[in-house]
Amino acid sequence: MSRESWLNAALLLALVVVPGWALWADEPFTITLATRAVIFALAAVGLNIALGMGGLVSLGHAVFFGIGGYAMGILASHAQNYTALMEWPFVIEGTKSMPVIWLVAVAASSCAALVIGLLSLRTSGVYFIMITLAFGQMMYFFAISWPAYGGEDGLSIYVRNGFPGLNTLVPIQFYGICLVWLCIALLLYARLMRSPFGLALNAARQVPARVRAVGLDPRRLQLVALVISGGITGLAGALFADLNRFVSPSMLSWQMSGEIMVFVIIGGVARLFGPVAGAGFYVLLEHLLGGVSEFWQIFLGLFLLAVVLFGKGGLVGMIAGRRRDG
Amino acid sequence: MSPILLAEQVLNGLQSGVMLFLMAAGLTLIFGVMGLINLAHGSLYMVGAFAAATVAGLTGSFLLALVAALAAAAAAGALVELLVIRRLYAKDHLDQVLATFALILIFSEGTRWLFGSFPLYLDIPEALSGTVTLPGGIAYPAYRLALIGVGVAVALGLWWLNARTRLGIRIRAGENDREMIAALGVDIGKLYTLVFALGAALAGLAGALVGAIQSVQVGMGEPVLILAFVVIVIGGIGSIKGALIGALLVGLTDTLGGVLLPELFKLFTDPASAAASGSAFASMAIYILMAAVLIWRPTGLFGART
Amino acid sequence: MSVKTLLAAASLVAMAATAQAEVKVGLITTLSGGGASLGIDTRDGFLLAMDAAGRDDVEVIVEDDQRKPDVAVQIADKMIQSDKVDILTGIVWSNLAMAVVPAATAQGKFYLSTNAAPAQLAGKGCNPNYFSVSYQNDNLHEAAGAFAKSEGYSKPFIMAPNYPAGHDSLNGFKRFYGGELAGEVFTQLGQTDYAAELAQIRASGADSIFFFLPGGMGISFLKQYADSGIELPVMGPAFSFDQAILQAVGDAALGVKNGSNWSKDLDVPANATFVSAFEEKYGRLPSLYAAYGYDTANLMLSALDEAEPADADAFRAALKAAEFDSVRGKFSFDTNNHPIQDIYIREVIKEGDIYTNKIVATAIEDRSSAYVADCPMQ
Repeated sequence: MSRESWLNAALLLALVVVPGWALWADEPFTITLATRAVIFALAAVGLNIALGMGGLVSLGHAVFFGIGGYAMGILASHAQNYTALMEWPFVIEGTKSMPVIWLVAVAASSCAALVIGLLSLRTSGVYFIMITLAFGQMMYFFAISWPAYGGEDGLSIYVRNGFPGLNTLVPIQFYGICLVWLCIALLLYARLMRSPFGLALNAARQVPARVRAVGLDPRRLQLVALVISGGITGLAGALFADLNRFVSPSMLSWQMSGEIMVFVIIGGVARLFGPVAGAGFYVLLEHLLGGVSEFWQIFLGLFLLAVVLFGKGGLVGMIAGRRRDG
Repeated sequence: MSPILLAEQVLNGLQSGVMLFLMAAGLTLIFGVMGLINLAHGSLYMVGAFAAATVAGLTGSFLLALVAALAAAAAAGALVELLVIRRLYAKDHLDQVLATFALILIFSEGTRWLFGSFPLYLDIPEALSGTVTLPGGIAYPAYRLALIGVGVAVALGLWWLNARTRLGIRIRAGENDREMIAALGVDIGKLYTLVFALGAALAGLAGALVGAIQSVQVGMGEPVLILAFVVIVIGGIGSIKGALIGALLVGLTDTLGGVLLPELFKLFTDPASAAASGSAFASMAIYILMAAVLIWRPTGLFGART
Repeated sequence: MSVKTLLAAASLVAMAATAQAEVKVGLITTLSGGGASLGIDTRDGFLLAMDAAGRDDVEVIVEDDQRKPDVAVQIADKMIQSDKVDILTGIVWSNLAMAVVPAATAQGKFYLSTNAAPAQLAGKGCNPNYFSVSYQNDNLHEAAGAFAKSEGYSKPFIMAPNYPAGHDSLNGFKRFYGGELAGEVFTQLGQTDYAAELAQIRASGADSIFFFLPGGMGISFLKQYADSGIELPVMGPAFSFDQAILQAVGDAALGVKNGSNWSKDLDVPANATFVSAFEEKYGRLPSLYAAYGYDTANLMLSALDEAEPADADAFRAALKAAEFDSVRGKFSFDTNNHPIQDIYIREVIKEGDIYTNKIVATAIEDRSSAYVADCPMQ
């Protein structure tokens, strides 16, 4: 096993051991923190597909995160108030069932990724960054000013949504659900990376001409990557909303996009477990430094600068060394 | 709506566009010459406003405040360029985004640490307070007219700098062929620091000018930054002319959209809900403009064709 | 072991528990980023009252929500799950309160609001464990509406940002004004340039202006209004004319009438004590938020004298009795746990170099809230 594999195994072990210890020591808040980290990691795995594999620097992933959150909020609030979501041309009822909510969240955020991708992939490089940022801002303003679903106040759900056979209000059980999704996403990422699609995408990032030469359209490959990426981040959004039992436009803000990107970069771009290391580290930092100083974000900023300027390949890169496949 | 009111709203749109231009010009210049995307440009806008408010509070002179804003923003820009930005030119956009995002955090919380959480006071100069009556009987604030004047002067100044001075020649050369101008003996490091400081000074100037009629507070730069991005995506990255046209388009769309859309909705529904939904759609107008330009011309109105 | 000794042992344990019992209070408020000045005043006001009481059996845990709803929820979870607090308080913003309060009360915790009191929590979503010590969100806007009516304004132009609190604001104004409007405009949240709205006001033939633009938005609007050449009476809720931001507005705010349930010149002994103690300790004048924080702490202390929060029914009844010296003078709770109080109109004045407010009229006496009938609690 390479050093990176050892590190990945250690991270995976930590995802099981830490909440296990918290359960034994009766520290439910540690489980809540771990759940937060796992959900952030899931969102970041989504971004990593666009960013790491596809080379698409999206500064608008909060759009997908927020749409996932609102899918949960809207469906659950209708179920909570016993009102139909839509009565014409056919009746759609709200729901408190997690699997249905997940399906809707993934579908809605993938569709949004498709539309944004069709527009923004007409360009590349720095245009792409600014356009994704701008569309994110558009959704944010719309969510704030559109009165139907709470506007800036957001939507509060009094009881967490249900999953057959589990009591999701018990922190460890909800954590389990999130962890299973993270593992599925990581498996998907690993499979994609080795698949013909992943190889072509990687080539499209490095030498688009060569991909075109074999008859593939690099733009189309990138669009597919963005749609998958948006779907996964949307799923994370639905889980995040369920963790907080609340969704609001702040999930769509550009700071949120920045944070998701920060998870990926401090962990290590295009590394399988980069997002996990990054999100875990961020949550830990936020928790520890936030208690020490009101100005903790200065230290976060300095740390990020150090990672960019001196740290090659983020945390995973620093510990495990350079990637072999480049 | 009367033609007079419409004319006044067009002036308002121009004025906000001209201020956006000051922000966008610096961003697009820095991108054009150094290929750098700078998210911390809004922080330099904030630095300008804070410097102006501090100096105006100490001396009572608006002119000195403007000088201080230019100097402080240029100095902050040069310092950041030497310490951080310089190391980013060779890196990819991703690293630039992250590093300048980190700079935002440092600037914002650092300013809050120095100045506290309360907004600062900065007022317009006595000489420019009150209104002027324009042809057609529009009573328009003198200060806003002066803002339009400053914007036009800066646009002309940038054109002159670019077309007529040695620095302009070097900047254009730098945009086209970096190795060549280095081979010609131009100190490229110094040129980059100078260009970055110039862009920062423009942002600082905008911050001080706008700060006098708005609130000088931490975080004031980011909303403007995102609007400036929309401007240069529309105008074409690297083009000063594009930044000017884009800024005016965005300023006009934003102002007129906010006024006309609720009026339009009033034709269909009661005033209160027309005001609410009209304003909801107006907040999206500039982004829809941006999407439309992208469909028509993916590299913006004046961007380099690929 | 006989039953008697068992009982004795049990009561001994219970007594030990009472002796050590420490009440834990979680204060979640905004201490960093935009809007931090409001949270800092809330905290300082609250802690001022705690210090004055000098009780070492009450522990206050203060945390910064960064004005982010998800951070507020996370802190509330931490305070409930690991710090095991009994009472939560301190949130400034309605959207953060909506994220935290329903879940906290559902877990049986008490929540005492130092500021935010959205309509949902005053009406259908009212809860026996939720008390608003400040007001109901609409109150200060209603006062401005009542004032507009009493002054005989016939064509006010009204504006607010396009978000739930903005809608509530204009509805609150209209509820007590009830007449014809010159115009009604929703601006964007965070908007900084009001040139277009000012042009609309000038063209509308309005005879007065009512606006609700909290924080930096209000500063921007007032500065631009002062420079627009429009000279109409201006009204608003107290938020845009509060101590924390008046100094940044300057002369532009002079003469503006604003609705408030507190003012530093309110002639109540408890208020005089509060204002001078606050100035002495922190070196600045207190704001509205500081006053609410101070009152909240004193209400809580008065209830703690009667009962432990663990005895929820007794503690709730003690809170509801509101046996404390409010800086607002008369103060009682309506059936929906929101205050019944007088609401005043203040005018912005200059005292030496400092901009501040003085009370000029009582807008509404014994005002409760518009949603009290929707609340199932009786």
